[in-house]
Amino acid sequence: MTPNPSVATLRARFGASVVRSAVVLGDTIVVVAADRSHEILAWLRDDPDERYDYLVDVTAVEYRDRELPLEVVYQLRSLPRNACLRVKIALAKDADLVVDSVVDLWPGANWLEREVWDMFGVRFRGHPDLRRLLMWETYDEGHPLRKDFPLRGRFSRSEQVRRALGADLRAHYSLEELSIAEAAAALPADLRARLAAAPPTDPR
Amino acid sequence: MAAKRTLELALATPGLDAEGRPARIPLVADASAGEPDLRTDHMLINIGPQHPATHGVLRLVVELDGEVVVRVIPHIGYLHSGFEKLGEYRHYNQIIPLTDRTDYLSAPANNVAFALAAERLMGIEITPRCTVLRVIACELSRIISHLVWAGTTAIDIGAFTVFLWMFQERERAYNLIEAWTGARLTTSLTRVGGLMADVPDGWAERLREWCVRFPKTLDEVDRMLLRNGIWLGRTQDVGVMSAADAIAYSLSGPMLRASGVAFDVRKDQPYLGYETYDFEVPVGERGDVYDRYLVRMEEMRQSVRILLQALDRLPDGPINVNDPRVILPPKRSAMSDMESMIHHFKQIMEGVPAPVGEVYFPVENPKGELGTYLVSDGSAKPVRWRIRPPSFLNIAALPKMAEGHLLSDLIAINASVDIVMGEIDR
Repeated sequence: MTPNPSVATLRARFGASVVRSAVVLGDTIVVVAADRSHEILAWLRDDPDERYDYLVDVTAVEYRDRELPLEVVYQLRSLPRNACLRVKIALAKDADLVVDSVVDLWPGANWLEREVWDMFGVRFRGHPDLRRLLMWETYDEGHPLRKDFPLRGRFSRSEQVRRALGADLRAHYSLEELSIAEAAAALPADLRARLAAAPPTDPR
Repeated sequence: MAAKRTLELALATPGLDAEGRPARIPLVADASAGEPDLRTDHMLINIGPQHPATHGVLRLVVELDGEVVVRVIPHIGYLHSGFEKLGEYRHYNQIIPLTDRTDYLSAPANNVAFALAAERLMGIEITPRCTVLRVIACELSRIISHLVWAGTTAIDIGAFTVFLWMFQERERAYNLIEAWTGARLTTSLTRVGGLMADVPDGWAERLREWCVRFPKTLDEVDRMLLRNGIWLGRTQDVGVMSAADAIAYSLSGPMLRASGVAFDVRKDQPYLGYETYDFEVPVGERGDVYDRYLVRMEEMRQSVRILLQALDRLPDGPINVNDPRVILPPKRSAMSDMESMIHHFKQIMEGVPAPVGEVYFPVENPKGELGTYLVSDGSAKPVRWRIRPPSFLNIAALPKMAEGHLLSDLIAINASVDIVMGEIDR
């Protein structure tokens, strides 16, 4: 199986920023450097010969082997060319897990990136609203799809119940929403601080 | 006010005037005209998570200026069950019951989607009979899912009859599913390398009878809705997504095609031999709620076409691949033959290891493109099982579609997306 021709043009254009490529079960995979990922994805979307205009999915993979890096995976599709490409960014786990957001390229990435932040703790630089998505905003057991997260959660069942019963229902609104109803000022100081601290908008 | 569009139909339409507009029904929601200029504050209302109009535990926080939606902030996760995490602790065949519970309105199609991905990962070629039966399962679930969609959307917009008619047909389809799998919702139909069971005797004839009778219900519903002035007023030019927006927001399935993008995984990246079936992909023009209705109604008719073709070609033969590594031996030999018993034991206790690798397998589910991304490190349990959920990406565009519309339109738009929370939250 020959690799997708996009790989050769990517290598010619971005050189060493294309770390490696592979064809696995017929799908072409390109691993790119995190510092130029946004530039490469924008080029793949806009170049007239590439036109990967449809973002199928954004997700992440953490391997059971602790030596392997965590990967952020973009599934791209070109609707005009009916071609697919999988772009990956490998992130060393001992460094900060940060990549550039692609919400400005594909608005559909908004929730996908929020889910990856929620589930894996990867931050997306430049995301307009990087809040937890599936878990609630004040959830503090960590990121559930990480391999070091136990299947039943970090807290015991009784601790989870205790926290659920003790939760302040106003925490189910974001600060932005509370500001519409002018209710943010009435919050207890500690809850306001926790809500404000939940999304680190600029991780650097 | 743009003239209302009507469809060319054989029947004369007494409710329309010469220009094709509904004659007696001045139901025009014009938010700007005739409103007294009351300078009031915006209102924050919370819809759901337990609300009949939100189709499951979806919660919408809506900022309103009078009756006009300024901002919609959806909150999801109330049905989050951690399926993807659970999958990392399960053998491949043990994951199939989890797929039932994602999009629980089209469980057989989810089962097929997962089995196809796992089979590509393991390099398994399924049998011809299994391929055709899986096509039947996929198309039957597409019809069932669209029936629920049409019924619930109509009820949200105020048409109760459609709901009853559609659910009656859905029950008949579920009787067929039940006769095949023993379950109605949680079918767990497939196994890696085959199916849980073959169809019972006489089942194909029952399905054929249903396929002949069922489109009449669609015609009746079309007669109720297609030129119904209230329906047109509530759906046309409501929640419009342009083709460019639909692509940028990664919409898929009927939502994408209603916006005029003719992408269907069955046509463009065929699986299960869909390229050998004769069917059309309906495409909308405007991308409003009305077009989504038209597209889904036509998809049901096309699914009936595919079902009839599949029944015509349904070959005899085994449903499971002849590979004792992945398929459990028959109960009789597992209890009497040493080698079969060992195979049975190893499969149940150790699972079926998949080679190192990864696969992204998209299928066209009723809600849109359901992708299964599996990463294997060589063990019997996947390192990562990712569901690319179509409802999730479609509902993520709700703020884009609903902002600027009336609150009552928000309900119609939300209904038109066709969400199922099991899949959004997983």
